[in-house]
Amino acid sequence: MLTIRCPHCGERTHTEFTFIGDGERERPADDASEAVWYDYVYLRDNRRGPLAEIWQHTLGCRGFALVERDLVTHAVSGTRPLPPARLPGASS
Amino acid sequence: MTYSAFRLFREGLRDHSGWEEAWRDAEPQPAYDVVIVGGGGHGLATAYYLAKEHGIGRVAVVEKGYIGGGNTGRNTTIVRSNYLLEANAHFYELSLKLWEGLSADLNYNVMFSQRGVLNLAHSDAQRDAHMRRGNAMRLNGIDSEWLTREQVAAFVPHLDVSENARFPVVGGLLQRRGGTARHDAVAWGYARAASRRGVDIVQNCEVTGFVIDGGAVKGVQTSRGTIRAKKVGIAVAGHTSHVAAMAGLRLPIESHLLQAFVSEPIKPFIDTVVTFGAGHFYVSQSDKGEMVMGGDLDFYPSYAQRGNLPIIEEAMSCGLQMFPALSRLRMLRHWGGIMDMSMDGSPIISKTPISGLYLNGGWCYGGFKATPGSGFVFAHTIARDEPHPMNAEFRLDRFERGYAIDDKGAGPTPQAH
Amino acid sequence: MTFMRSRDAGPPPAASQLPQPGRLASGGAVNREQALAFSFDGKRLAGYAGDTLASALLANGVHLVGRSFKYHRPRGILSAGPEEPNAIVRIGGGDRADPNSRATMAELHEGLVAESQNRFPSLNIDLGAVNSLVSRFLPSGFYYKTFIGPGFVGQNRAWMVYEKGIRHAAGMGRGVPHADPDTYEHRTAHCDVIVVGGGPAGLAAALAAADSGADVILVDERPALGGQLRFETYEIDGVVAPDFAARIASDLASRPNVRVLTRTTAFGFYDHGTVALLERVTDHLGPTAPAGLPRQRRWQVKARQVVLAQGAIERPLVFADNDLPGVMLASAVRRYASEYGVAAGRQVLVFTTNDDGYRTAIDLKARGIGVVLVADARPVPGIVADWARGAGIEVLAGHVVTQATGRGRVQGAAVAPLAGGRARIVACDLIAMTGGFSPAVHLHSQAGGKLVWRDEISAFVPGRIGQAARSAGAGNGVFALDALIREGAEAGAAAAEAAGFARRELPGWQVADEAPAAPAEPLWAVALPEGVKAKRFVDFQNDVTASDLGLAVRENYRSIEHVKRYTTLGMGTDQGKTSNINGLAIVAEARGAPIPEVGTTTFRPPYTPVTLGALAGAEVGQHHAPKRRTPMDAWHRANGAVMTASGLWDRPKTYVRAGETYREAWIRETLIVRAGVGICDVSTLGKIDVQGPDAQAFLDRLYCNPMASLAVGKARYGLMLRDDGFVMDDGTVTRIAENRFYVTTTTANAAKVLMHMEYLLATAWPDMKVQVASITDQFGQIAVAGPRARAVLEKIAGRALGDEVLPHLGTAEAVAAGVPVRLFRVSYSGEMAYEVAAPWRGALAVWEALVAAGAMPYGLEAMGAMRIEKGHVAGAELDGRTTPADLRLGRMVSAKKHFVGKAMLGRAGLTDPDRLRLVGLEPADGVTPIPAGANLVHDPNAPAPMQILGHVTSATWSPTLRKSIALALMRPSATEGGRMVVAAAPIIGAVVPVKVVDPVFFDSAGERMHG
Repeated sequence: MLTIRCPHCGERTHTEFTFIGDGERERPADDASEAVWYDYVYLRDNRRGPLAEIWQHTLGCRGFALVERDLVTHAVSGTRPLPPARLPGASS
Repeated sequence: MTYSAFRLFREGLRDHSGWEEAWRDAEPQPAYDVVIVGGGGHGLATAYYLAKEHGIGRVAVVEKGYIGGGNTGRNTTIVRSNYLLEANAHFYELSLKLWEGLSADLNYNVMFSQRGVLNLAHSDAQRDAHMRRGNAMRLNGIDSEWLTREQVAAFVPHLDVSENARFPVVGGLLQRRGGTARHDAVAWGYARAASRRGVDIVQNCEVTGFVIDGGAVKGVQTSRGTIRAKKVGIAVAGHTSHVAAMAGLRLPIESHLLQAFVSEPIKPFIDTVVTFGAGHFYVSQSDKGEMVMGGDLDFYPSYAQRGNLPIIEEAMSCGLQMFPALSRLRMLRHWGGIMDMSMDGSPIISKTPISGLYLNGGWCYGGFKATPGSGFVFAHTIARDEPHPMNAEFRLDRFERGYAIDDKGAGPTPQAH
Repeated sequence: MTFMRSRDAGPPPAASQLPQPGRLASGGAVNREQALAFSFDGKRLAGYAGDTLASALLANGVHLVGRSFKYHRPRGILSAGPEEPNAIVRIGGGDRADPNSRATMAELHEGLVAESQNRFPSLNIDLGAVNSLVSRFLPSGFYYKTFIGPGFVGQNRAWMVYEKGIRHAAGMGRGVPHADPDTYEHRTAHCDVIVVGGGPAGLAAALAAADSGADVILVDERPALGGQLRFETYEIDGVVAPDFAARIASDLASRPNVRVLTRTTAFGFYDHGTVALLERVTDHLGPTAPAGLPRQRRWQVKARQVVLAQGAIERPLVFADNDLPGVMLASAVRRYASEYGVAAGRQVLVFTTNDDGYRTAIDLKARGIGVVLVADARPVPGIVADWARGAGIEVLAGHVVTQATGRGRVQGAAVAPLAGGRARIVACDLIAMTGGFSPAVHLHSQAGGKLVWRDEISAFVPGRIGQAARSAGAGNGVFALDALIREGAEAGAAAAEAAGFARRELPGWQVADEAPAAPAEPLWAVALPEGVKAKRFVDFQNDVTASDLGLAVRENYRSIEHVKRYTTLGMGTDQGKTSNINGLAIVAEARGAPIPEVGTTTFRPPYTPVTLGALAGAEVGQHHAPKRRTPMDAWHRANGAVMTASGLWDRPKTYVRAGETYREAWIRETLIVRAGVGICDVSTLGKIDVQGPDAQAFLDRLYCNPMASLAVGKARYGLMLRDDGFVMDDGTVTRIAENRFYVTTTTANAAKVLMHMEYLLATAWPDMKVQVASITDQFGQIAVAGPRARAVLEKIAGRALGDEVLPHLGTAEAVAAGVPVRLFRVSYSGEMAYEVAAPWRGALAVWEALVAAGAMPYGLEAMGAMRIEKGHVAGAELDGRTTPADLRLGRMVSAKKHFVGKAMLGRAGLTDPDRLRLVGLEPADGVTPIPAGANLVHDPNAPAPMQILGHVTSATWSPTLRKSIALALMRPSATEGGRMVVAAAPIIGAVVPVKVVDPVFFDSAGERMHG
């Protein structure tokens, strides 16, 4: 099983998570063109190598993580919280 | 050399010394009319039909490893045309009709066994949904029938139709003309038939780039040199995005991990193909006696061609719902493939924005059964520079234009198809 | 007078009385005090506790144990381990039968019943042997070249006929046509270091790791630890090997940080240090297994470090008729003698390419077994040859066995010089062969590890691996005992160190002197003698011969994967353990290529076959999936409800009263709701709590219709789209406080909608201050509908609920039956209606109070009929392919604000005027029911394929209107020019011309919900 480190809960097996999607896309602005939205909704890099992915800890804290994983070896090189963590007291 | 029982008999008397190579391993030539990237079932079938139907003389299939080594050699061998939406129904039915004549056409026994494909239903709503699909099939000229629970029990002894199951069976939709085929034989059969018609099959030759000039493809760069071509077709399944990226294309495809597994062989136990309706799982029994089983994706993208145990165990739980008597059998091996999941669950067989470059990918779960149909229409698309009516709707730009063909209704989430 | 012939045979002899002709007078770890009776093919035999079925069969002189897959040639026991390809038998009977079981691994118990497989009618007289007679016409892949025609019987028909015969001939064991009475358990364990393999290298590794303080799991597939130590005769620390193994095992068992699992196979090495194990808990106990134990356990072990010490598998030699019963692996023969006290033969010929064969010769001789000859293919064997000669054993260097001779059993061997020359027949009853050892690299390879070919040992050894794992011992290509022990200890210490534990001094065991091993010389196949037509087997189980491999290469199936698939080399239940390398090497020779260039086929889990029931574990029967029940579940069942599965939930379809049919029941319910008041359990709807200062802005972005104007205390129907513009779900949004919303979804999409919300908040709008939480399981929810709904609610709430308190699309709190509840005034049925949300524990009391107040329960059928009458879309219409406009909800789509899906809504395909659109249908004759699942066409008798204009999504008999009605999605062009449309359901032979009407069949002005 893959081991994924939830930023809140620590290391867990992948069966506690749900793979959500490609984490390298940026959601367009509301008023971006249809072409930009089409690219975001439908197109993927789908690289044969390291990729950043969004996983949700659905059977745990339900938080999200950005996981850097190699699609050929399945090795995970890093995990970051999503949204990115902010220090307490930082302005919104 | 023609294969036949007589030839087998004769060679048996001669210690099999006279058999010829099934296909020629060709040295890549400097130029071809068409280069097909990808020596799986689809690529080889395309090359065959290019030669046979369109009389194209100089065709090469370029394969990075050995032919049929990708999904063609890894699938669960099911052939059917019981799809819901018209574009898929018509296309897969074309393919099924080609399957019915394939062994004779290729002079290679692909062991296409039309033992039926039965989709179980476990609720009233599911029965209605199956009925809708079955009725559409009939109106599309495709065979389908409904079996009641009692008829299912008679058709599939050992299937649990009792109330002991978590989701008791209420009936099933049967396509009798569907069934299974020997997957390796399809690749080898097409390779042999194509080779006999002059197609160059080049193994151990990896495409590393495209030669594109002025918006038109001129050839491919490979590990064995540059090969010029007037037209290039891409048929690499799970590696579609990887190869297309070499031509600067980004695609609506995500490569996911699909596993399958077989049991040790036993005497005939299941004579048809049965799919579970309350979870993604299906089982059939190979001619060797092994139970061939498949289920869901692992649900994370992968190019590794190997997966983890949890999804196998979930699949087996479904399997024992249907056939509790399988419990004491043993799993012999499980393996993975790279599934090119598209954004609507339907394939892409299409021209591309680059002139002379054609794309065949995004097959999701449908690849193996589509092999003959895919080769046939892709050859047409390449030869005529326009799609065949049967793949006209599988255009690459259908997503942009809003004409997705979404059998499952799951939307732009590749792993949900 | 009946004449009865009395067969006074008396009771069968006790097990201890039965002779065991192959048993040595002494020796072995079997318990000679405990004889066990067992049967093979109906014959009653005896063995001892500690035997395997194979050792007990050999002790009884039984060599013929099966028939090969294709040719049905007689086959005998080849090995003493899991690599066994031939001794595949059916053990047990009835619902506990185990087909395809390896006799070499099955532990003997009292009363064990075993049967040979793949033969009819018996093992000795097998009709399948006719295949042998025509074997020249059945080479590998013969079925690809024939069975194609004749074509005149119709496309593909001929193959279907041939296939029936082939399927009956194929298969090894027979299935077990019963449910499995045994249970299987899943367990998980975490450890610092897992050591796979309890042989000398593994024991050293486990000790070294344990000494460092690491948590260690040690796994071995045999009943006791030791591996080769259990049958070798050398000494370690002055103690003979088996006793030394027992000593170390005892030490390890005493350590609190070590868990030893015997009878446990590590079958898979998966990602991130996950090793899957199969523990055989009760198989060896037979009928004396205690109740309450699982038969087997599947473990998933998460190890921080993995040490692979799985040892090596001996290779057979490939020579003519090497499949005769009585041809065995040399180390197995030695193991049977040493560990089990069994002489597999009395006149043994050893055929070897390496020093290990001599160990067998010398050991057997020392036990009083006749060793007629050692044929060593090497022209210059090492010092071991002198030792053998010194023990009185004839050694022929530079000689090979070219053929095994005998009928059904080895009676001799043809021995000839390797360089060529005449063969002489040497009488013998056993050929003990060894072609060297192949490291068992399966787990390493499964986990993505690379393999490296080492010419000097003619073996693949583990290379680089991208996981925290290391290999040691024979499995790593190190065969000398002291070296492999050192390597094991170092591997264990290094693993523990990598897991963060300080190294301690490594165990240093004194191994008694061994001879420096002379190099083995690979001999991949012995040439067929001149003029001899015989088969040289590479894969014993699947009948793949050296000629088959040659044929495959000639036909250009040259890559090893092609060879394997074409010939089925290595694809039997033994998974090629004794055939892979020989096959690979023969192919390499045929191709004139070095072995590493030909490569090796991919190793796939499991290492040995794993029971399917063990994979499913406890998730069988009703436990396949959880069952979700509403708070009123028991009440429904006690009151005549016919339940149905709705996803994981059970819900009532209707409540059948005495004397009523099912159909009468739901028609009654519908009429009562429309005339009086009814209650429906809608607890399964998704409910989501949305809170925060940005909650309203969030919901306004989420739904395609406006939410920004929703006032406190008001509810609104909401339509949610996917990013691609298609409808994802519908539900209601109720603003219960300034910054707090109660959102409902459909039952089926509850999880999806919640995840959609969470995803957007985490990735798209992280700056929004909103929290969402599922409260589906926290509240029961009851629909109260009908003209008398308000009256009944006022009664149980004890307060007035007029329009000024609870207007249409309003919300209010109350207390009913002592339970705090929230009331929503929303209508699904079209009647004046409410939904009552009560905390889970109180929902049943509220339900019962409503019943007592005169409300009648109604189920999904009535609810469905009413919503269809009102043209409300539900799951069948929200099929993931419809836009708001398709569902006639286009007016809900806000033109002013941004919302999820807006950008893609304008695409040509989504605005195409001839898209499938929601319509109502009635039968043209006003009478014939429109079937669910019907498709819409113009003329069902037209030739297929015909154009399909649409399909029925929901159909019902309308109790209110007393006619058949349906909702459908249909292309507007279908009725152009007044063309008639027909609802066709060819599967049931139904053809119903229909009228296309407005989908709101009843109360189109929507007046009834206002009371």
